Amino acid sequence: MARPAARMSLRLEAAADARDVAVSLTLEHGETLAVLGPNGAGKSTVLGMLAGLVRPDRGRATLGGDVLFDLPGRWQPPHLRGVALLAQDALLFPHLSVRANVAFGPRASGAPRAEAAERADEWMRRTATADFAHRRPAELSGGQAQRVAIARALAAEPRLLLLDEPLSALDVAVAAEVRGMLAGVLAGRTTVLVTHDALDAYLLADRVAVMHDGRVVEEGPTRRVLERPRHPFTAELSGLTLVRGVRTPGGMRTDDGMLLSGHAAEPVAPGAPVLAAVRPSAVRLAATATGAPDAATPDAATPDAATATASSIAATVTALEPQADLVRVRTDRLDALVPPADVADLRLRVSSPVTLTVPPTAVTVYP
Amino acid sequence: MSLRLGVPRWVIAVAALGAAFVVLPLVAMALRVDWAHFLPLIASPSAVDALLLSLRTSLLATLGCLVLGVPMAVVLARVPFAGQRVVRAIVLLPLVLPPVVGGLALLALYGRRGLLDGALNVAFSTPAVVIAQTFVALPFLVLSLEGALRSAGERYEAVAATLGARPSTVLFRVTLPLVLPAVVSGAILSFARALGEFGATLTFAGSLQGVTRTLPLEIYLQRETDPDAAVALSLVLVAVAIAVVAVAHGAGEGLRPWRARRPA
Repeated sequence: MARPAARMSLRLEAAADARDVAVSLTLEHGETLAVLGPNGAGKSTVLGMLAGLVRPDRGRATLGGDVLFDLPGRWQPPHLRGVALLAQDALLFPHLSVRANVAFGPRASGAPRAEAAERADEWMRRTATADFAHRRPAELSGGQAQRVAIARALAAEPRLLLLDEPLSALDVAVAAEVRGMLAGVLAGRTTVLVTHDALDAYLLADRVAVMHDGRVVEEGPTRRVLERPRHPFTAELSGLTLVRGVRTPGGMRTDDGMLLSGHAAEPVAPGAPVLAAVRPSAVRLAATATGAPDAATPDAATPDAATATASSIAATVTALEPQADLVRVRTDRLDALVPPADVADLRLRVSSPVTLTVPPTAVTVYP
Repeated sequence: MSLRLGVPRWVIAVAALGAAFVVLPLVAMALRVDWAHFLPLIASPSAVDALLLSLRTSLLATLGCLVLGVPMAVVLARVPFAGQRVVRAIVLLPLVLPPVVGGLALLALYGRRGLLDGALNVAFSTPAVVIAQTFVALPFLVLSLEGALRSAGERYEAVAATLGARPSTVLFRVTLPLVLPAVVSGAILSFARALGEFGATLTFAGSLQGVTRTLPLEIYLQRETDPDAAVALSLVLVAVAIAVVAVAHGAGEGLRPWRARRPA
């Protein structure tokens, strides 16, 4: 790389064979990287490597000018790394008061008692936890405990902050509140955030890396990766349906023959290979008259109409999945997100034939 | 209270029988005590010497168990190494070894013609009593602490390390405070075992009044000459043992203020 080493930029390239994880990540100073992926994708292993709790078989990681590890051979123990890890559970030391918990990092790194207390007070103020400074962790609610854990991690003044699903153990309302607080304290701080929630990535991260089966399958700026996914797993995480095909004047033609009208994110010459992300919440769904199946509409009812025309596609339901207050109707073609009442009215079940109507606004075409 | 599932009545009956099996001999002994002369019996110079020696050596042995046993438990619970099972079995050997055999083994190492060739000539002295007691009591501490360390897990220690705490800081500020109840109850169990030590002490340290004759040895000796004194002293030992067990039991609960206090 020609780029000069940034102050605290992070470089990681490592493999842990037993866990089948092999990753390469970079992160500039002050950026927040969200590592997204399903359970078991190896996200926590990556954090463990950076924190010094999981020893990879080989690889190298540097933070600023410091070598965290260069295996086989060099291995810096966790307490010398300046890398704080915050897990899903707050894991506050149960025998210490809230204040002593927050002061733990400064004390452990040798700060005098008074200075440690001062730093603890400052971080309790910034995380709005000062009110229960003298309580024991067992006397706190989940959200309070997690805020204290954030204060404790930041009071240690880490050069790199690792967050492992910090909100997933909290209920929705509390998670939103803690997320808001995190957004404030993460600004300008080099952070790796592991999550399976695209919302966390949107609100907290500058960049995302999507992991699957121990590999990073996609990486880049948050919005570009999540709104224009290149990998089905990424599309799944951001709730989109990903299709591949070639550019047509009004949209694209998929590899399996669907014609979709849609907007191109940037100019692409007709005939060039493209991807399209389809928003399931905009896809309309109707029952196909059982007497006359797909014959009338082989694949698309509006072949090469103007871009303003909705595409209509025959499909077969493959699965019905509740998703918040809606139902995700998966078909052999595209997914649709519809109210449960519609599913009942249309008597939808697996293998029901349906007609999907896809407005052009639901489709984004990109190279 | 949670729902109580029925326990077969015969189990309760057998359990009551078991309790009687333990309690009745003690009751019988208490009934044989010559209460009129109780105080003079237990206040004889040799008896007082024996009691004080017992308390002194047992306290030192408990200290020895803590100094050696805490690191042993930490290594067994936290450091994976080859042959760990074998090492644990050997460490726990004094639990199952007849104490006399333990005493002979100690003599074979520290004795005048022992392996150390008398370099550490402690046999038949007060330090020998402490060594014998530590030898038999050590497994109690290691066993209870290792179990507590394993069930406490390493998650808090990992957090402490990422907050910048050196391994020693983690041990003293996180690991040990979290298992403090087990440390205390293990120490009390060790103390009780040391207090009751007889066979290894007699073999390795002998029976010199005021030097190596602890309370159990004194009781055994008095039984030959003055059975009433032996019974009275036994009762003293029972009282001390009961007090120790009660404290040990209470310590487990009382040392967890962070568990006892519930959120308001």
